Amino acid sequence: MKRTPLHTAHVARHARMVDFAGWEMPVQYSGIIEEHLAVRRTAGLFDVSHMGEVEIRGTEALAACQYLTANDVARLRDGQAQYTLLCLPSGGVVDDVIVHRLSATRYLFCVNAANRERDLTWMREHRRGAEVIDRSDDYAQLALQGPAATAILARLTALPLERIPAFSFAEGSVAGRHALAAHTGYTGEDGWELYCAPGDAVPLWDALLDAGRNDGVVPAGLGARDTLRLERALPLYGHELTEERTPLEAGLGWVVRLDKGDFIGREALRRQKAEGLRRKLVGVVLDGGIPRQGYRLRRDGAVIGEITSGTKSPLLGKGIGLGYVAATSSEVGTKVTVEIRQRDVAAEVVRLPFYRRAK
Amino acid sequence: MEFPEDLKYTSEHEWVLVEGKVATVGITDYAQEKLGDVVFVELPAIGDKVTKDEPMAVVESVKAVSDVYAPISGTVLEINDDLPDTPEMINEDPYGDGWMVKIEIADATDLDDLMNSEAYEKFVAEQEE
Repeated sequence: MKRTPLHTAHVARHARMVDFAGWEMPVQYSGIIEEHLAVRRTAGLFDVSHMGEVEIRGTEALAACQYLTANDVARLRDGQAQYTLLCLPSGGVVDDVIVHRLSATRYLFCVNAANRERDLTWMREHRRGAEVIDRSDDYAQLALQGPAATAILARLTALPLERIPAFSFAEGSVAGRHALAAHTGYTGEDGWELYCAPGDAVPLWDALLDAGRNDGVVPAGLGARDTLRLERALPLYGHELTEERTPLEAGLGWVVRLDKGDFIGREALRRQKAEGLRRKLVGVVLDGGIPRQGYRLRRDGAVIGEITSGTKSPLLGKGIGLGYVAATSSEVGTKVTVEIRQRDVAAEVVRLPFYRRAK
Repeated sequence: MEFPEDLKYTSEHEWVLVEGKVATVGITDYAQEKLGDVVFVELPAIGDKVTKDEPMAVVESVKAVSDVYAPISGTVLEINDDLPDTPEMINEDPYGDGWMVKIEIADATDLDDLMNSEAYEKFVAEQEE
């Protein structure tokens, strides 16, 4: 298994380590629920160095990015990022990524760890004259997330954080180390994702935990990362997003700019939009019981779909899940059942997200 | 890590307290630590027949679903009614308030297959290697 620069630090904290996409990663330190609640109430620090970074560079960089992605990259100025998707000609999803415009000729993608090799091959195949560079080894990544995140980070940098809006970023010194501080995150809380040199990961990690010690910042693992994103109904590749599902079915129509120009998958998505969706991603809350990936959803006894992600929400104290169902059963308020170990447990389709932070 | 001496143990990390014909069963300290936060418990019903080494209950952590196996065959006499509302007791007090099921033992020779505290502690150490 591969290890991030923070591996020793995790082991020293007695983190429970697991194999995630070929990386030995911390799934929890003190406990998933405790870490989850800390992120919601104050702050948590995640090692996400396993994520991949790919740079598309050159005079043709913008054209390549536009062709490869569904969102409109041309709307970005230097220092801006956007959530977007790499699609197949069928409209299915290769990966969900964040692209950062470093300059007019340099675009830095953050890609899912599990998809890094596949994304690189895909991007190289469709690079249209631009250079595609695997920069994953150049970066470690830390995510500081929670209501106290900005205050904590501000103690370590002169970067004007209050002037960096969500999905913008700036490069500068953090705790004396060069970093790209992006106002992004995967938890539904305010927060920052910090890209730094691998050799700076440990000092940065230590500095952040130290700077936030009076706020109660805790190290948080992949377990909490999953429960947090699920409460916020953020999709996870391999669950809500796959090659067999389109962004429209996944409720990511807002990410797809059909009129921005040609891109891989545009025709198929255009057609699907015109014809209407037969399947949609919904959220369900259960009376009792926890939905899990693969559990069948039924309505009036007939199978209507399947759960793609599920857990017990630490905030709601109930089982929550995402799943694809027949569009005819996707309306908020629809009463359904989830089959849990041969029993049909009552559930309801709810408005997403399950949780949204107060502005 | 605790391995109370008055209990017997299985290789699936259940503990058994034998009092005459009644066996009280739960999961061990090692098991609850490996599971992480327990968020859901499904217990059998009073009167259910359970079979040695077959699943008799389910414990769910945030991330995973885990079967709890019957260490001996018998009939369910009592279940811990407090557990469904406070599943975290399994983490906090696995050998006490985290008890799951009381079983009327059908065949006392089933107990012979169980480990004592010392043997289980050694077993756990081997798992961790």
